[in-house]
Amino acid sequence: MSEHHHGPAKGLMRWVLTTNHKDIGSLYLWFSFAMFLLGGAMAMVIRAELFQPGLQIVQPEFFNQMTTMHGLIMVFGAVMPAFVGLANWMIPMMIGAPDMALPRMNNWSFWILPFAFALLVSTLFMEGGGPNFGWTFYAPLSTDYGPPSTTFFIFAVHMMGISSIMGAINVIATILNLRAPGMTLMKMPLFVWTWLVTAYLLIAVMPVLAGAVTMMLMDIHFGTSFFNAGGGGDPVLFQHVFWFFGHPEVYIMILPAFGIVSAIIPAFARKPLFGYTSMVYAVASIAFLSFIVWAHHMFTVGIPLVGEVFFMYATMLIAVPTGVKVFNWVATMFKGSLTFETPMLFAVAFVVLFTIGGFSGLMLSIAPADFQYHDTYFVVAHFHYVLVPGAIFAIFAGVYYWLPKWTGHMYDTALSKVHFWMSFIGMNLTFFPMHFVGLAGMPRRIPDYNMQFADFNMISSVGGFMFGVTQLLFLFIVIKCVRTGDKAEAKPWEGAHGLEWMVPSPAPYHTFSTPPEVK
Amino acid sequence: MRLQARRLVMLLVGLLVSPALWAKWAVNMPEGVTDLSHSIYGLHMTIFWITVAIGVLVFAVMFWSVIFHRKSRGAKASEFHESTLVEILWTSIPFAILVVMAIPATKTLIEVYDADDADIDIKVTGYQWKWQYEYLGEDVSFFSNLSTSRDEINNSRPKNENYLLEVDEPLVVPIGKKIRFLVTGADVIHSWWVPELAVKKDAIPGFINESWTKINTPGIYRGQCAELCGKDHGFMPIVVDARPMDEYQEWLEGKRAEAEKIKELTQKDWTMDELMTRGEEVYTKVCVACHQANGQGIPPMFPPLKGNAIAVDRDKIGRHIEVLLYGVKGTAMQAFKDQLSEVDMAAVITYERNAWGNNTKEVVTPRDILDYKKDGKYTGQYSSEGGK
Ligand code: HEC
Ligand SMILES: [Cu+2]
Repeated sequence: MSEHHHGPAKGLMRWVLTTNHKDIGSLYLWFSFAMFLLGGAMAMVIRAELFQPGLQIVQPEFFNQMTTMHGLIMVFGAVMPAFVGLANWMIPMMIGAPDMALPRMNNWSFWILPFAFALLVSTLFMEGGGPNFGWTFYAPLSTDYGPPSTTFFIFAVHMMGISSIMGAINVIATILNLRAPGMTLMKMPLFVWTWLVTAYLLIAVMPVLAGAVTMMLMDIHFGTSFFNAGGGGDPVLFQHVFWFFGHPEVYIMILPAFGIVSAIIPAFARKPLFGYTSMVYAVASIAFLSFIVWAHHMFTVGIPLVGEVFFMYATMLIAVPTGVKVFNWVATMFKGSLTFETPMLFAVAFVVLFTIGGFSGLMLSIAPADFQYHDTYFVVAHFHYVLVPGAIFAIFAGVYYWLPKWTGHMYDTALSKVHFWMSFIGMNLTFFPMHFVGLAGMPRRIPDYNMQFADFNMISSVGGFMFGVTQLLFLFIVIKCVRTGDKAEAKPWEGAHGLEWMVPSPAPYHTFSTPPEVK
Repeated sequence: MRLQARRLVMLLVGLLVSPALWAKWAVNMPEGVTDLSHSIYGLHMTIFWITVAIGVLVFAVMFWSVIFHRKSRGAKASEFHESTLVEILWTSIPFAILVVMAIPATKTLIEVYDADDADIDIKVTGYQWKWQYEYLGEDVSFFSNLSTSRDEINNSRPKNENYLLEVDEPLVVPIGKKIRFLVTGADVIHSWWVPELAVKKDAIPGFINESWTKINTPGIYRGQCAELCGKDHGFMPIVVDARPMDEYQEWLEGKRAEAEKIKELTQKDWTMDELMTRGEEVYTKVCVACHQANGQGIPPMFPPLKGNAIAVDRDKIGRHIEVLLYGVKGTAMQAFKDQLSEVDMAAVITYERNAWGNNTKEVVTPRDILDYKKDGKYTGQYSSEGGK
């Protein structure tokens, strides 16, 4: 027995060779935070240029590279790896497993990422610059008209895809095979459920993305014409393929967030989740619907009326299961005994702001109105409302919830509340005015604009800088917590439930070598 | 910078204290000037108020709990959970609301798609980074370029009110007529959008999309390209000038007369100075975006013309004309055959061959271009005259 309970290896090689789910979870989380800062720095460049009308700081070519890289890095480098990191840390502990099912592959799927992103970022220094065609990289702008570095971009996307698929396989294998006795599917915490569904989404759509970039590669280098009308291809085909990946992708970035929030709200309301079963079904239906709504990103490309109507109805339908989730969280809070520690603050902000993002999403689903909203700042406001307070606030909430478990220390709660309020104000200041400029007619992805948009853009920029700087505070809080702090108990939160709170804090290097009994 | 700061402070204060300020800022979608834009605005406001109503309800319950069900107030958690009735209610009520919303939305959508029986057809082609308008059957066609000066963009001159939303030649259309737009792209995908008309349609190379409008009120309506189309995506505005039918007819006449005049100019004998002056104008308007004012381009995407063999070698004049007429397929270098008259073409080539120290002293005349279009060859028979 005792020889199994060895600690981590010493030195740098611990991190390179590790197959331990906690180590790999930490690697993912640190990596994702680094990417968050990098992608954030690019957002700062964007906001600085848009601070006032006219070209001041960067030229349009570089501006386009910034918007493109900001999107790619935030989606593939910050949000997705953060959730995989949380999955690595928490899923085995939540289901009573000793580790992930495929530990060596786990090591691989992480270590591909730094190389993928090094490659992606290096394109900025290549002749002709990095990708400048938006994170959606529509052909033919990205094929015939792309910079020479596009090939490297394609290769980087392939690597990210491989990493994601391996991560997803691992999550599925773990959840389906390593649950402790008595941990039936319908007893699993919602974070585990949402990740199971997310993993299936990943396996379904990452190959589609790989297909899209491979077709680009063929068009660029091997004379095919998948996306070139001149050769019998179709530029719109690219968009269909991209969004067949892209729409489920946005749920990949939000479902695990639902899971985190569904753990935190009951904990701090000291009351069980209102409708566990309906939450599980809502997640499943959202995942299903996510496959049949992709063309709502393409209402203006000229799809036939029937298609337009179908995608409009299907999109509107998503509001139903999403509403179920929101109503459930609110019903869970109702008549609870609420306290507002930092995880709860972020979770409550999540519910409010994600709902606002959902509302603008519902507006966008109305196809005729979308003709006015599409490709404007209204859309930018919409998806930042679902991604920043959606995905990112949920990640913060999760980190503040589980950090004592990971480090064995309580973090500086006062500072963490400053972090929350600054992020909350900064985020709203940045993105709320974007609704207005978008409705008033400002297209997205432009480096310069008419004066009528100036005031709101200035407010957005100030909010953006505030939000950006605040994240350095988060870094400080986490580092401080890793090094020192009051000792955390095994269960630092009064109302928390779940197996992860049965192990001591910090969680030992190996947990549940013998499975716990779940009743 | 100090001014900026002051403006910012005033702005933030204003934001807090004066709702009147909101009226000054455009915070909502324009109602527009067509029946369709009105219906779309109506849909937008309906769905907006629906979301507000749901939001008020949900947030009221939530903030009620946040305020009154706090542990610090001694709230005890009740244990209730799972209620099939509640679950059914909050699934079916939103569903019913959506159905009610879907009906008018579908109606409007069907109207948007009904582009038949148009009085006027205009083909709209998106180019990197300008729009071409062809009045089908009217023999009128022209390009519409951004007319904001580089100085304004680079902050060396104060910006005018229509900064970035102004063009050299607006699209002139009559009011009260059904106008069908046939929208396509020449290189990458663009999107033709005028908010006041509620028309946004992607301009996709190789495909033609239909859209239509019928404008009720005369006026100038401004829009922008809405689909990222490369470097100057933010610099290809759209201006629609809607006039009464008779003024529109007059304008058409004027346009045709103008075209006649340009044809006559082709036969005129041009001196090098005349060509250089005109060439510089054309270059500044049409070519700078890519090849830059100093002729050095932005390699490797946009090649330099300064010192480029094609612009300095005498035996490459034919190739030079060919590149300009027909473009380079699959690159941003488009065919200028239909964009530039023979005169402008000759002028810009002459300019390229003599500007930025290229100094070839060679002159390419409008008649050379005409010949090249006919025979696909450059003989140089007119150039030598002009050159001396
Ligand atoms: C939208 C960008 C764009 C615009 C506008 C543009 N060009 Fe080009 N041009 C290019 C690109 C890209 C190439 C390189 C094509 C290739 O790969 O061979 C090019 C190539 C050329 C060449 C050939 C250079 C060579 O080495 O083969 C000439 C000459 C030229 N352009 C002249 C002009 C002139 C004159 C204008 C204005 C009337 C103009 N271009 C407008 C993008 C542009
Ligand atoms: Cu465009």
